Parts: sequence; C-alpha cells; structure tokens
Amino acid sequence: MPKTLYDKLWENHVVHQEADGTALLYIDRHLVHEVTSPQAFEGLKLAGRKPWRVSSIVSTPDHNTPTDHWDEGIKDPISRQQVETLDANIREVGALAYFPFKDPRMGILHVVGPENGATLPGMTVVCGDSHTSTHGAFACLAHGIGTSEVEHVLATQCLLQKKSKTMLIAVDGKLGKGVTAKDVALAIIGTIGTAGGTGYAIEFGGSAIRGLSMEGRMTLCNMAIEGGARMGFVAVDDTTINYLKDRPFSPKGEVWERAVEYWRTLHSDAGAQFDRVVTLQAEAIQPQVTWGTSPEMVVAVGAAVPDPAKESDPVKREGMERALQYMGLNPNTPIQNIAIDKVFIGSCTNSRIEDLREAASVLKGRHVAANVKLALAVPGSGLVKRQAEAEGLDKVFIAAGFEWREPGCSMCLAMNADRLEPGERCASTSNRNFEGRQGPGGRTHLVSPAMAAAAAIAGRFADVREVL
Amino acid sequence: MEKFTRLEGLVAPLDRNNVDTDAIIPKQFLKSIKRSGFGPNAFDEWRYMDVGQPGQDNSGRPKNPNFVLNQPRYQGAQVLLTRANFGCGSSREHAPWALLDFGFKAIIAESFADIFFNNCFKNGIVPIVLPAAEIEALFQQVEATPGYKLVVDLQAQAVIRPDGHGVPFQIDAFRKECLLNGWDDIGLTLRHAEKIREFEEKRRINQPWLFA
Ligand code: SF4
Repeated sequence: MPKTLYDKLWENHVVHQEADGTALLYIDRHLVHEVTSPQAFEGLKLAGRKPWRVSSIVSTPDHNTPTDHWDEGIKDPISRQQVETLDANIREVGALAYFPFKDPRMGILHVVGPENGATLPGMTVVCGDSHTSTHGAFACLAHGIGTSEVEHVLATQCLLQKKSKTMLIAVDGKLGKGVTAKDVALAIIGTIGTAGGTGYAIEFGGSAIRGLSMEGRMTLCNMAIEGGARMGFVAVDDTTINYLKDRPFSPKGEVWERAVEYWRTLHSDAGAQFDRVVTLQAEAIQPQVTWGTSPEMVVAVGAAVPDPAKESDPVKREGMERALQYMGLNPNTPIQNIAIDKVFIGSCTNSRIEDLREAASVLKGRHVAANVKLALAVPGSGLVKRQAEAEGLDKVFIAAGFEWREPGCSMCLAMNADRLEPGERCASTSNRNFEGRQGPGGRTHLVSPAMAAAAAIAGRFADVREVL
Repeated sequence: MEKFTRLEGLVAPLDRNNVDTDAIIPKQFLKSIKRSGFGPNAFDEWRYMDVGQPGQDNSGRPKNPNFVLNQPRYQGAQVLLTRANFGCGSSREHAPWALLDFGFKAIIAESFADIFFNNCFKNGIVPIVLPAAEIEALFQQVEATPGYKLVVDLQAQAVIRPDGHGVPFQIDAFRKECLLNGWDDIGLTLRHAEKIREFEEKRRINQPWLFA
C-alpha cells in the first residue's frame, strides 16, 4: 500500500505499541532551551534518574537573552538565573552541542539546529517549544512538547504518542514577485483557521512548495503550529540535500552517501491517501497582513479590516469585535491606511539569511519613516549575523535607520528588554499576534520580512510589490 | 501525579474561542524555574488592571471586575467551561500548572490545541471535548444558575449535569488508565527499557549518522 511521508517517519520510530494505538516513539534529536527545561532537569534529579542519551541534546539559551550591550551581561536577575540554570544543567549532564550566551554560534534553537546540520531528514526532533515544527522542513517528525515530556525524553529517549490524522496542503503554481513563504503560511492559516490543523500532521507539497528554498520551507513549517498542527513537513529533494552538504554535524564520506540514499525515500508514495487535502493556487496568494489577535485574522495587503457586523456566528463576531477593540482598529479601514510605531524583523519564523536579504533589498537606499520610533533587525543566530555582515546587509539596515542587534528571540515574545509599550503598533515578522505577545497592550501585525521593510519605509502598511 | 476518578465541582464559564497559553499565563512568569505558584497569575492580563511582575505580592493588585473569574459566584471553581481551540499557542506547561494551581481539575471545551491537551494529562487535569450544542447548553445553564456544579465521572466517561442528564465523552484508554491510577509516565516507559535499548542498537547500525 502506498505510504505517506508521515507513515514512513512514524513507522521508523515505533519502539512499542499499546493496544489502544498509543506508541512509544524513539527520539533522535532533543533541543533544549532555558525556559522549558529547568523543571525537567529538576524532576529528573529528584527521581534519581540519569539522561538516557546526552548526545541527542543540542542546546542554547535564546528566549531571555538580551540583544544589545552583551558586554553588560543579562541585567534582569530572573532571566539571568534561568540562563545560568541551563548552563549548570548542561555542564552537569553534557550535550552533543551547547552554545552558551555570547557564543558565536548561539541563536534561536530553530535556526541553530538546521544551520549546524544537527537537524537531519528522517529524525524525530522535539523541543519544549511549539515552533519545533520548523524542523519539518527537513522531512523530520518535529514538534513541540511540554516540560513533563522534556523530562520524559531526557529519562527515556522516547515519547508516548498517538498517531495523528494526515493533511496534505498542496500549493501549486508560481508565487508572484514579492510573495514569500510567510505569505503562503498566513494565507494557509487564513484558509484553514487556527484550529484547522488540530489533530493533523500536515505535509506541504505542490510545485510552489518544491520551489521554496530551505529557509522558505522552514518559515512555512514553523507556522504549521499557528494553523493548529503540531507538525508540518516537506519531502526530501535536491534542495534539502544540497543544503545539508558539509554542515558541521552532517554526516561525511561513505556515511553521507548511505544517509542520502535513505533520505531520498522520504516522500509520500504516489497514490498515498490523506485524511484531508487542501489545495491553494500560488498565483492567487497576495502579500498578507494580520489585522487581529489570532493569526487567522489575516487579509491581503490590498484589502480592508473586516466588519464584524457581516459575521453570522455570534461567538466569532464577538471575537472579532474584541480583537478590533484591542488592536484599536475600525472595521473597513484599508490595511494600507494603518500607521505603525515599530518594526521587528526577526524570530524563528523569519530571521535567516534569506529573510534578511529580502528585507535589505527593499531597504537599500531608503530610510524608515519619521513616525517609526524603533526598527529592529535581529538575526536568528550568530552565524546568520556573521554571514549578513559579510554580505554588507548590516550596513543597509543601519543606513536605513534600523538597529542591528545580537541574535535571540527578542521582541517575538518580549521576555527580554525588547518590547512594545501599551498601544504601540508593530509590523512584525514573528508568528503570533496574540494579545500582549510583544508586550502588554502591544499591537502586532504579522507580515513577511519584505512587507515589514516596506512598512518601515512608508510608516504604514504598504504593498511591497510597488516598491520592489 | 494525583489520581483522578470523580469530581463534583463548581463551574466557571470562559466564553471565548482561541484562548491561548500567552493569555493563560503571560511570558514574564515563565522565568520561574519552579513548577508551582503560578495560580495567582493565571489569566494575569485579563484578571488584573495593572501589569503583573514575577515575584510580586498579588494580593493588593487591582482586579478587573469585568473578568468572569473575578466574580464572587465563581470563586472556588474546579471546572472550566470554554469554547473552541482552548490552549492554542506556545507549548508552555506553565499553562496547565497555572490552571491547576488556580484550582481547575477539569476543562470542558469544544476543542483543544494538541500540545496543551497533552500537557493536561501529565498534570492530572482532565480535558473534555463535548459537541458545540452541549457546550452551548452548559453555558446557558451555568450563567442562569448560581452555584452550578457538574460531576465529571472519569470511570464512566460522562459529565453529569445537576438535572441528572449525562453527557458522554471520549478519552484514550491508555490515558484514562494513567489518570485513574495517577501513574507516572516515565516509570511506565522505563518498564520497556530493554526494548528501547535494543531499538537504539539497531538504529545505531542502520542509521549511524543519527548518532554522531
Ligand atoms: S523566536 Fe519566538 S516563537 Fe521562535 S522560539 Fe523564540 S520566542 Fe518562540
């Protein structure tokens, strides 16, 4: 029987199965950061247990670390304690790789893993972070877990799982100029809704997806969780294999050849059945801007803020009204009339080299508008930062009036000092526009890096296709 | 983990779709390296008029009188009634920790986000999915009836209303067993340690690149 990619990945990891289908899945890669691991390490110690296989661990602090004045260390004492706790735990148990605060390879885990070749096709990848779905770009079974599961993986190298349903999202055709993986992700979420993927493992396919770079595929899989799916993945092809060649932890020599041979099998077989199929036409996807407090509240840049009065479902209508009130927006306002206060280019969704290149190509020779109080560019990792500087992108950002920062999660969730003040409006390349996400009372509009750059220049949302 | 068998508890209604984990426990409280003490900051941004900080004494903070969980009639609630896609967003287990610390032992919703749903079981909270029509009926009854209580009978897999009407719910057999017995997942898994070791050895030979 033809198998889906999900079937293949699943079957390759089942250690044991209970009568009701609950399976024990073997975990190949465990990514560990400072926020969701301290209680797990503590639990392990209290129970007198040892980590099962520390060479599965790749770790770096990212959520709490500051993005400027690194010479002054981490000023917030509670943040510092969390980062120091990670240091101490990893020092005690060990890891395949640990990039502590200020290490040249430190960065957001979901950027660091792939760029070091620590994320390889066919792996199960878990992390106490919902955006672990990012690694699905490499045909991995990759998803977020809670802290109890972090402890479970540390202790047993396994996770208890039930098989998900499968969904194929096929995007066929060719994306228009200025339309990026982020727009595809937002358009998909706008189509299926934030709970549309709940209970499903999503495979992204179709010619438009195959045409994406690994960076673009990571952006797309990263946002699978915002569509409700714990995981999203893309089949292996030449793009995947070319990306992985000669990365620090990628296999070498004869083992590489063997690995590639296996990786080439990681795709859904012709005729494989999915529980649900959604198709989108690439040409129909426009640059997207969210207007509300959930990623599904999204429209094309040429559209207007929707009118709750036209929504027939009372719970939805109330949700829209609440969102508009929080966002300080009136129904039917054209998106391009909405002025912004801040711009954030960064996060595990859009902080890779290609994202920075896209934004820089819009910013080159231009300057942010006078009403924009702060424009931040935060590379996803030390390596991305160095690469961008080698290409002179930092100079483009700085000349345009952006601040060029050190790597980390930064204003994606504002656990460090980078945040919005109440009422401030931000064009952000991150992944969540929830109430308070970028600071209490802050108003987030999710966009692509190119659209964020266009908004920075205009001081309001603008159609990047008109400035490219 | 504490056992869960049968609960009769006061019900609090949270009439929203898409309640995310950032709302359940805002990020500043994630800096704690403990598992406990999150209850006073559950729904912090909705519950209080000011912005909460970790380590602060919450007793004197101004409360938002319009937030449903602040209403006197819902004090001591153990069952949370809500709508679709509850617990979406971040994987933070601090969300179920905060709800449990607040006093909730069961959550009834139209649907849950996957990771949150999973995290509930690890902490002895029962997440119950009911059809939209049943949820709607419960909302109407709760709001109309001060002191409204529900019985959650895990063994029988039913939510029983005060009028005696029982609403059945589905739950995985394995998860049910774990909750009923208060079993620790890790202990259960380690019974298969030998199997895990064998699996790992085979893998090391067949896919050596995974063990660099
Ligand atoms: S960048 Fe944002 S979404 Fe990504 S891991 Fe960091 S906080 Fe989470």
